[in-house]
Amino acid sequence: MSGPIFARYAELLSASIPVALATVVDGPQIGAKLLIEPNASPVGSLGHPELDRVVARDALAELEAARSGVRNYGPAGQTTPEDLIDQPTIRIFIESHASPPEMWIFGAVDFTAALARVAKILGYRVTVCDAREVFATTRRFPMADEVKVSWPTQVFEQRGEELGPRDAVCILTHDPKFDVPAIQGALATRVGYIGVMGSRSTHHRRMQRLAEVGVTSPEDLKRLMSPIGVDIGARTPEETAVSICAEIIARRTGHNVPSLRNSSGAIHS
Amino acid sequence: MKELLDDIFRWQSVGARIAVARVVDIEGSGPRDPGAAMAVTESGEVSGSVSGGCVEGAVVSEALAILGGERGAGIVTFGYSDDEAIAVGLTCGGTVHLFIEELDW
Repeated sequence: MSGPIFARYAELLSASIPVALATVVDGPQIGAKLLIEPNASPVGSLGHPELDRVVARDALAELEAARSGVRNYGPAGQTTPEDLIDQPTIRIFIESHASPPEMWIFGAVDFTAALARVAKILGYRVTVCDAREVFATTRRFPMADEVKVSWPTQVFEQRGEELGPRDAVCILTHDPKFDVPAIQGALATRVGYIGVMGSRSTHHRRMQRLAEVGVTSPEDLKRLMSPIGVDIGARTPEETAVSICAEIIARRTGHNVPSLRNSSGAIHS
Repeated sequence: MKELLDDIFRWQSVGARIAVARVVDIEGSGPRDPGAAMAVTESGEVSGSVSGGCVEGAVVSEALAILGGERGAGIVTFGYSDDEAIAVGLTCGGTVHLFIEELDW
């Protein structure tokens, strides 16, 4: 029967609380385990207190990056090559269960529902935000994890710090009084993807407005995927959602795809 | 692993012994990333998957060998690229390394 480590692991997984499980997969203590949670003492042992300390430290970093994989250590947690000479190698699998990545969608439009659905399939926690109370309702967006009636500036001020490289902000409003502050808010965060919807002429007008409010640095403008999505001739909200999510995946994996930002001509061929 | 918990709890409630296989590393193309998991009971019931269906049958045999005491926990490799790999391959041509152990921790 399983013991206390599995009991705690299962409890955290069921509650979707981030946790990492380290297992010796090659070495004298094969199968030994250490369960690591942020802000809590690790449970179990890999066979040496120093190895436990080093692996717990590494596991928290892996959890932050949502990465799982095998790492090599010496029996007392050595990691530098010179310390590992003439030492047996302990191979440890670190399995990360990170919190799901966030997608914040600004603008409660038809495209929003389709994008929220595709994002849910990909495992995102989806928040839909619009300042207009009649549009931003859970009835219109039952697939979203959260629907907020708010101006973008407030949302970024309150929760912008939570966003990181795995997360995405998609601005679908088409409305300069809404999308300019949303872009400014998103640029102030560490978010990995910022996409902004609009035709090429909307895009040009928006770039002028951004310049007027002082968004001019090349590093900032490089982060904006505008017009949003990859150039697959998407027409419907659903096809556009696929085009946006394909771009998000390609940006994360570093693969080169024909983004609309880098092409010219009609978006809907 | 999360998606296996309901089956695992159900099996444990009737006292079944369980082995767990987890993808720990892949080389080349592999259908499932590290962390993908599959559970096997001593009577051969299965939950979850570690590939696109290419190696699951062989994983059941390995899991039963561990539960039967014929071999200990360890890494098992499936793929075409390694001569010592068990002669079951992934159709995608990649190699997958699994860690298989009894769920006794």
